Amino acid sequence: MRIKGKVHKYGDNIDTDVILPGKYLSLSDAGELARHCMEGIDPDFSSRVKSGDIIVAGPNFGSGSSREHAPVAIKAAGVGAIIAPSFARIFFRNAINIGLPVLETDEADEVEAGDLLEVDLEKGSIINPSRNRVYQAAPYPHAMLDIIFAGGLVEYTQQRLGK
Amino acid sequence: MVFTLAEKILGLKTGKECRGGEIVIAPADLVFIQDTTGPLTVRQFDAMGFTKLANPKRSVLFLDHAAPCPQKEFANDHQLMRDFARRTGAFLSDVGEGVCHQLVAESWAGPGDIVVGADSHTVTAGGLGAFASGFGSSDVAVAWALGKTWIRVPESFLINLSGSLTRGVYSKDLILHLIGLLGADGATYKSLEFGGEGVGNLSVPDRLTVSNMAIEAGAKVGLFPSDDLTREYLEDHGRGEQYIPLSADPGAAYERVLDIDLSVLEPVVARPHTVDNVAPIRGLDNTPVEQAFIGTCTGGRLEDLAEVASVLKGKQRHPDTRLLVAPASRQILSDAIQAGYVQTVIEAGGIILPPGCAACLGMHQGVLGDGESCLSTANRNFLGRMGNPNGFIFLGSPASAAAAAITGHITDPRELM
Repeated sequence: MRIKGKVHKYGDNIDTDVILPGKYLSLSDAGELARHCMEGIDPDFSSRVKSGDIIVAGPNFGSGSSREHAPVAIKAAGVGAIIAPSFARIFFRNAINIGLPVLETDEADEVEAGDLLEVDLEKGSIINPSRNRVYQAAPYPHAMLDIIFAGGLVEYTQQRLGK
Repeated sequence: MVFTLAEKILGLKTGKECRGGEIVIAPADLVFIQDTTGPLTVRQFDAMGFTKLANPKRSVLFLDHAAPCPQKEFANDHQLMRDFARRTGAFLSDVGEGVCHQLVAESWAGPGDIVVGADSHTVTAGGLGAFASGFGSSDVAVAWALGKTWIRVPESFLINLSGSLTRGVYSKDLILHLIGLLGADGATYKSLEFGGEGVGNLSVPDRLTVSNMAIEAGAKVGLFPSDDLTREYLEDHGRGEQYIPLSADPGAAYERVLDIDLSVLEPVVARPHTVDNVAPIRGLDNTPVEQAFIGTCTGGRLEDLAEVASVLKGKQRHPDTRLLVAPASRQILSDAIQAGYVQTVIEAGGIILPPGCAACLGMHQGVLGDGESCLSTANRNFLGRMGNPNGFIFLGSPASAAAAAITGHITDPRELM
């Protein structure tokens, strides 16, 4: 699975309250959630983001609440992957469960907003042609790739039960 | 062979030796949702084609975050949850009963339990020695259906406590101090395990407050050993039979050990907009505070309200500072009325809010205005958390919040004692 898009860059400790403020937790439509994605820190994000774009951020991305709405909003906004040195543990698990690739590496710090990145999910490699660099994240185990490729845990379970 | 507390609990539950780093499938003794993450859990449960709960008697739906509902969308979510409880036989904890984590401590969790909650502060029950952790909605939907979940056995940090807290210094000051030391991601995925002779000097409500905020350093669980105080707490809540003694083995393998002498701690606050931005309260004197918010799963217990009442007694709130008090459960509200604390709050010019999450997460009952500051006893001060990205949230002990309500600015509570 190849993911290709422009970088949106954020700082450290991007928490779930800025990714999706609590007042929107009653929303269930993914498209509506997408409209408020990153609203707490970057109110124009949803109008700028293009399908396949990539978020690059500092450590502890997704800290705070267990709200699965946060990765759902990011995925629905069109984001193809998130790259950060570390993720908060609940967010990491939620992202996999809803089929949003998240890659852990501290090699991507030099990336700037607007850079074009290409992610090879099976290998965990992140190519930055404009800087002629490749950043390496730990590749996913197969079981997690299967969940991501299915589109999330719900779709994965539906496929498994359907067999 | 020696085990950390996390390894020991997961070993008891899975019937095999568990070591940090391994992935195990563990049975869930209690699986719960609340009204912000719960509707998505219900929808995921249905979408996966599940119809039955593995263990309806140990499945709980709490209506606490938007309760009573501030808008129709949440009221409709409550309907969805009520319907789900009816059709599956799960237990519904209705509007006004209180915050899920307080009710889990009062009525459900015990030492050695594995608690799966659709809320990051599920870690609270670690104060009773339960391996309690927060999960997302999809994971909780699966745990509901299968009665189990996968867990990566966390490596552990030992927080070795000695001494006892001094007057005007509380468990909230302890945990804020610790988060300041560790950083907001300093314990990501770890089990924060509390030990040492100082543990015996912390009450169970103190321990619940400390465990509650383990997640603010990224931890998977915040675990206390169970002891006579745990047994007494369970007996007081009619659940003495759930008591088992549990502690880490001497010599267990810890990635990191931090020693904290409780007797030298001072009142602290976390400054906007991260919980690890901790500073002594003394240096922040004279920061104006437009709202003092006392309540939540980490600041609204009876012991907290007792300290608040002792600071407020015979005084009036500052005219420019609103004083909001939300007892964490119906039982606490009732006990606080009996003890006279509610009367004291009202006479001081305060407002009593219904048991529930109240102003904590910016939905209702205390949203901040532009440029306003709040001294809150809650567990998060993230940008926009209280409903306005132009507000400023300081976190401190209930006594510190009460002191700010009186003076109108951040104040060392010991000056009013």
